[in-house]
Amino acid sequence: MLNGLAVGCIYGLVALGFVLIYKATELVNFAQGDLMMLGAFVCYMFVVWYDISYWAAFALAIAIVSLFGALLDAAILRRVIGQPQFAVVMLTIGLGAMFRSFASMAWGSEIYTLPTPFSAQQTMLGAVSVSHEYVSIIVGTVVLCGALYAFFTHTKMGVAMQAASQNQLAAYYMGIPVKLVFSLIWAISAGVATIAGVLLAPVSLIDVNLGFIGLKAFAAAVLGGFGSIPGALAGGLTIGLIELFAGAYLPQGFKDVAAYVVLLLVLAVRPQGMFGAIGRKKV
Amino acid sequence: MRFIFKTSYAQDLRLFRDDFQRNWYLLLLVGLLALPSVVPDYLIDISLVFIYGLCGLSLMVLAGYTGLVSLGHAAFLGIGAYAHVFLYQDLGLPWLLAMVLAAAITAGVGIVVGLPALRMTGIYLTIATLAFALIIQEVLTHWEFVTNGLKGKAVNKPDIFGLTIDSDLGFYFLCLIFLAGGLWLTRNLLRMPTGRAWVAIRDSEIAAQSMGVNLALYKTMAFAYSAALMGIAGALFAHQIRFLAPDIFTVLLSIQFLLMVVVGGLGSLHGAIFGAIFVAMLPVMISEARDAVPLWFGAAFSLFGKDAGDAVFLAVDRFVKQPGLEPGIFGLILVLFILFEPLGIYGRWMKIKTYFSLFPLYKRATFKRQKSYMKSERLR
Repeated sequence: MLNGLAVGCIYGLVALGFVLIYKATELVNFAQGDLMMLGAFVCYMFVVWYDISYWAAFALAIAIVSLFGALLDAAILRRVIGQPQFAVVMLTIGLGAMFRSFASMAWGSEIYTLPTPFSAQQTMLGAVSVSHEYVSIIVGTVVLCGALYAFFTHTKMGVAMQAASQNQLAAYYMGIPVKLVFSLIWAISAGVATIAGVLLAPVSLIDVNLGFIGLKAFAAAVLGGFGSIPGALAGGLTIGLIELFAGAYLPQGFKDVAAYVVLLLVLAVRPQGMFGAIGRKKV
Repeated sequence: MRFIFKTSYAQDLRLFRDDFQRNWYLLLLVGLLALPSVVPDYLIDISLVFIYGLCGLSLMVLAGYTGLVSLGHAAFLGIGAYAHVFLYQDLGLPWLLAMVLAAAITAGVGIVVGLPALRMTGIYLTIATLAFALIIQEVLTHWEFVTNGLKGKAVNKPDIFGLTIDSDLGFYFLCLIFLAGGLWLTRNLLRMPTGRAWVAIRDSEIAAQSMGVNLALYKTMAFAYSAALMGIAGALFAHQIRFLAPDIFTVLLSIQFLLMVVVGGLGSLHGAIFGAIFVAMLPVMISEARDAVPLWFGAAFSLFGKDAGDAVFLAVDRFVKQPGLEPGIFGLILVLFILFEPLGIYGRWMKIKTYFSLFPLYKRATFKRQKSYMKSERLR
């Protein structure tokens, strides 16, 4: 149960990254999972190669990948805003392939484990042993969500971001630096991906294909309604639990596809998801 | 510049623009028929280009003409391939019948996938087809009765009405016939009301709907036709690779197909073929470059002394021989095309042609893209 919740939290965090970018810029970032992979690798590199303490490495990784996300927006993605969505999908798929290729060249295609302060520690809660890695994921997610919520509702920049995502042109008129805001959104989203990657690293080892979790996070984002931040988390948790139960009660092979079956069902029956709001397109 | 002054609607609907153009295509066909005597060693690779051409055609109809972007076409290819091989080998049906049935089955699956797609637009459809492809891959792995699972399945030679095609030459012509047939059929469909309805849906669903285009019908038709083409391509593909395993039909293959239509040029049949040639040739070019590039660098740096040249040669050689490089190059090409030439190879070809036909008067702005503010699809 805890296992499913923790994995669900990771899906939720990656989905949160999709949703943040989608809400603000209407771009769908197929490279989100690969950003997560990059984040995990950067943290691994600092911890194991340069022997920095876990927390410092964590912070450094977030900073570096966030900066990278902002640069990515400024250099590449800003050029395709306003073009057909198809172009953006292809662009981010291409970028994801480049990240994977880069990671396998920079860090090799072996599988690594990230040593953390929580590794292999357990607490007995009644009759159940609770491993600290899973607890760290859940606590991390809750803290991060609280921080993001506070940021979006109580800071000037957060409100500006909401404004820019609702109406780009009107936000320009109100004097909001929309370009900067978009870069910042990308930075936040890349940072969230890094946090997800580093939290996930002790549970599922780090390798180049870590980013394929991004595909399941899609299911989470769609289930929650693509434009909704609480929806992304709720969707992530649901997908995590569904996977857990599918693995336990259904024949072998169903665990991996359960998320996608749910995704197809949701799209067929209720495309707006649990919390989403998609209006009919107006002329 | 040759400008054709159209005086009737019939001229608008002709298969070829004029006799001049038709003669060029006839010449191309003659060239392709004569090609085997020029390069007898690479026939099996060229037939892969033809099969990719069919795949490109299929995705072009869906993505380029109807505006429905699918990330699941490798799954249709897989269904076509396995259905054909199962019907032809395990059930012993005649080859042509097995292929027709495989195309029908794939089209049926296409309709089933297409039906929920009627309610989705844009990105949701892409995600749904992606999910579908991942599910199908799992089905191919676990449905061992038909697919033989991960052990894979060997494919026999095609046997058409007692005529066994066991040479590369025969297979080359087989693929050529199917590609030419597919192109002809698609071109005909596109200049019929069907094709015009597809293009109308691509350009604006709402406008098409208000002009009386039945969205559900035409979208489903596009899906079914695209899937059927993919099924035929899959059947040929099975004979080309001679051994089927579920891990061939991955998402990466779907991405390669999309790469094909984007690099070739969205919204043109030429583009599908250009893209197929490009994608099929790219691995060959990369492996050639892997051998050549270190030598160039070594030669260039040996101007600074033999040691420098050798060191650079070794470093570059080590760099380009790394296994992860190839998908990165695919990604890079995709990114560069989207950023700098969204119309693809065909678009570039058109620009060059226009430049020469307008010679001193060509203006860059002719093909300039309009920039617009982001238009939200989430209007409430």
